[in-house]
Amino acid sequence: MRNSLIILACLLSMLLSTAHASSDKSTQALLIELTTVKLNKAIPVLKALEENDGDKMLPLFNTLLKGQLYYVKSNKDLLSIEKVDGKKEYTDVFSGEALEPLATKLTKKIRVNNKLRRFLRDSIARIQLSSSEPESREKALISLLSQLDESTINTIRSLKVNESNTSVIELMDVAIAMYALSNSAEATERLQAVRTLDGRLENEVRNLLVSTVKNEADIKVKAAAEKSLASLEDRIENYQFVNKLFFGLSLGSVLLLAAVGLAITFGVMGVINMAHGEMIMLGAYTTYVVQMMMPNAIDYSLWVAIPLAFLVSGSVGVLIERGVIRHLHGRPLETLLATFGISLILQQLVRTIFSPLNRQVESPTWMSGSLDINPVLSLTLNRLYILAFALLVFGLLLLILNRTSLGLNVRAVAQNRNMAKAMGIRTDRVDAMTFGLGSGIAGMAGVALSQLTNVGPNLGQAYIIDSFMVVVFGGVGNLWGTLVAAFTLGIANKFIEPITGAVLASIIVLVFIILFIQKRPKGLFPQKGRAAE
Amino acid sequence: MSFLNSVFSTKWLDRGDQAGSRTMPFVLLLLVVTFLASFCNLALPADSVFYVSTYTITLLGKYLCYAMLALAVDIIWGYCGILSLGHGAFFALGGYAMGMYLMRQIGDRGVYGNPELPDFMVFLNWTELPWFWQGMDQFWVAMVMVALVPGLLAYVFGWLAFRSRVTGVYLSIITQALTYALLLSFFRNEMGFGGNNGLTDFKDILGFSLQEDSTRIGLFITTALMLSLVLIASHAILKSRFGKVIVAIRDGEDRARFIGYRTERYKVWLFVYSAVIAGVAGALYVPQVGIINPGEFSPVNSIEIVIWVAVGGRGTLIGAVIGAILVNYAKTRFTAIMPDGWLFALGALFVLVTLYLPKGIMGLFDQFNERRNKNKAVDVQETAS
Repeated sequence: MRNSLIILACLLSMLLSTAHASSDKSTQALLIELTTVKLNKAIPVLKALEENDGDKMLPLFNTLLKGQLYYVKSNKDLLSIEKVDGKKEYTDVFSGEALEPLATKLTKKIRVNNKLRRFLRDSIARIQLSSSEPESREKALISLLSQLDESTINTIRSLKVNESNTSVIELMDVAIAMYALSNSAEATERLQAVRTLDGRLENEVRNLLVSTVKNEADIKVKAAAEKSLASLEDRIENYQFVNKLFFGLSLGSVLLLAAVGLAITFGVMGVINMAHGEMIMLGAYTTYVVQMMMPNAIDYSLWVAIPLAFLVSGSVGVLIERGVIRHLHGRPLETLLATFGISLILQQLVRTIFSPLNRQVESPTWMSGSLDINPVLSLTLNRLYILAFALLVFGLLLLILNRTSLGLNVRAVAQNRNMAKAMGIRTDRVDAMTFGLGSGIAGMAGVALSQLTNVGPNLGQAYIIDSFMVVVFGGVGNLWGTLVAAFTLGIANKFIEPITGAVLASIIVLVFIILFIQKRPKGLFPQKGRAAE
Repeated sequence: MSFLNSVFSTKWLDRGDQAGSRTMPFVLLLLVVTFLASFCNLALPADSVFYVSTYTITLLGKYLCYAMLALAVDIIWGYCGILSLGHGAFFALGGYAMGMYLMRQIGDRGVYGNPELPDFMVFLNWTELPWFWQGMDQFWVAMVMVALVPGLLAYVFGWLAFRSRVTGVYLSIITQALTYALLLSFFRNEMGFGGNNGLTDFKDILGFSLQEDSTRIGLFITTALMLSLVLIASHAILKSRFGKVIVAIRDGEDRARFIGYRTERYKVWLFVYSAVIAGVAGALYVPQVGIINPGEFSPVNSIEIVIWVAVGGRGTLIGAVIGAILVNYAKTRFTAIMPDGWLFALGALFVLVTLYLPKGIMGLFDQFNERRNKNKAVDVQETAS
């Protein structure tokens, strides 16, 4: 909220500076008058300011309402002084820019009383409600719902006449009905209000209905309120279920991204790559570096980062395969140890180059924000995009394995290495390519993860155990199994979480998998026929 | 000449065909060094050249605990082919049992002065001792727990896993999941084990202050004696019929099963034995370092143990001990000189040992011996002809 105000103020100040250049003397004069006028005569000045310059005055009014408006005694300049953690912060009222601190005696506070506060609130509501954007009008209305009073309602009533946007009109009706329900003396009016409110999901409506059920004297109104409250609770519960499902799918998509690369190297090649997590980390750091290289084009940086991360992690993967894993063929436990050593080296390398501190990767603007379906259900866009990205990567991988000659070779080598070699497949090249592919996908997973969490040297460690669990749970060597396992575990985790807390939820899931493997050592979808040993 | 050869030959060191037969002389060496170090600490003045500081004694004691832990891993990995990536869990559980005893010994000397409750419980506003803390103020109860808790966990886990024939990397991964789950659990304050901070601020053990030099020497000697005992016992067990079946399982589990051995039972009991050793090592470790916290459960720690064994040479018993001491000595030196370099070195160690030294230091030693014997044989042939 504060940030958006500052941004708004910045925009306004740009407008204002041009306004100052022109002959807008009266606003300037009014602002100076504001510093000298007596408390009981301030309202006309403020009214004139509102009429004069409307929405440009919004930051000024907000600052005044919070009691943070000061002026410099010498030149009557206005400024905002806010105490944050016991320290005074000086900012320009309109631009929000930080100012040099001034001595306390050089500035004077502009005082406000309750009457002024009421006027300011109404005025702010009026300014916001008459904004030209329907969306900001809607936002203003929602923020007003918790503090309705007569004058605001009157403002809303008068603005409703000229309103054209239907959802804004609906919200205005809600506001009026809410006011009527809590203030009207007539039972019929209150009943009408409850009917209007029926089917709304706003939190304020819910609170009001709860208090109505508790305090209402009229039986009919009370019954109606109870009924709509019950249906409201029902719907909220449904939406919360959808919300949980969404978070589960989101976690599942992250797990899928992290695990699908492993599913190839572990599942298809039978190689335990403990450095898989570090491939993810390398991808995340690639994103960070790309953003550092093109700070002015954050929005496009991801399109560069995704293929680059694939290349970086993929080529590191090929190097590891050529340099180490090849020599340990057929000794899975030794492979596990050697790749763990590599993961330690990579972590320390990143720590030495980028410092052990976490790095923040910025999200492009088209990924931030959320998809507000209704007041209860809003899906964050970045999670939505990552879900889509995970499915896309999965689909691409299936395509590569099932439709290309590389995929054919990979599957042949996985099924019977010696036979494949006898048929003329260069198995060592296929191994390197497969490992590179798996690692490259881990790198792309790193790009996605960098949008959700901070990027640090331990990023990969956090996902390696989970990834192994997903692959083992789904059944080694089966990509569809990995998909099902990732989403199952993600959703299970998010549904247990509200009951037990996050840590216990992951413990329960871990224990469940440990027990599951005892029952079905080959996972959910075991390989059948000749491929299974 | 032949007489001298027979006197100075090293044959009595590697009697028999198993590498484990060097155990007895090694135990002797270990005990001699232990008592010598203790003597040098107690009897010599601090400015003597041969004086061994108490810091060094504690450090040596710590290494010996690690050595015991490595031995536990070697027993199942080297002799039975079970690569456990979760042995740190048994070590930590043993450590926690000892830590609980030491915590109760603090009595009312804690910050809050509560005679019944450890500080962290007072801090969490708990009013009474949880059931699993009852009786832990008795040394013998704590010692039973040190063996029982890891042993029981290993039994349940092993019974489930080996019965359903989970082997190889799958087993490694679920042991890792096991220690990870325990790590997460012990981080929680509600578990009643001090959460994030673990158990610390210990005062005394069996009435002896932990700050005293003599107590530290006592702990050091106890550790050395326990390690010797475990070495001898393990040697005996692995030499026995039971041990031969274990090795047979490592080399061909299906065959051993077809011959008629219930391989899962052998594996479970070996796993339990190994877990108990790890638990005892943890119990000896805690009073010497003075703290136990959930970090000991971290999967990375468990993998590190495996590399100690790999460096020393698996399937040799004393190789594990030598590997643990060497790697940890290197770690102490390295982290003092260049802290950033240690992880590079450790990582490189993992890669190089698996690539070029699959049998570890003991393997090198054997190779060296073999070559010398061969040369000797050639010499003898030449003189004969």
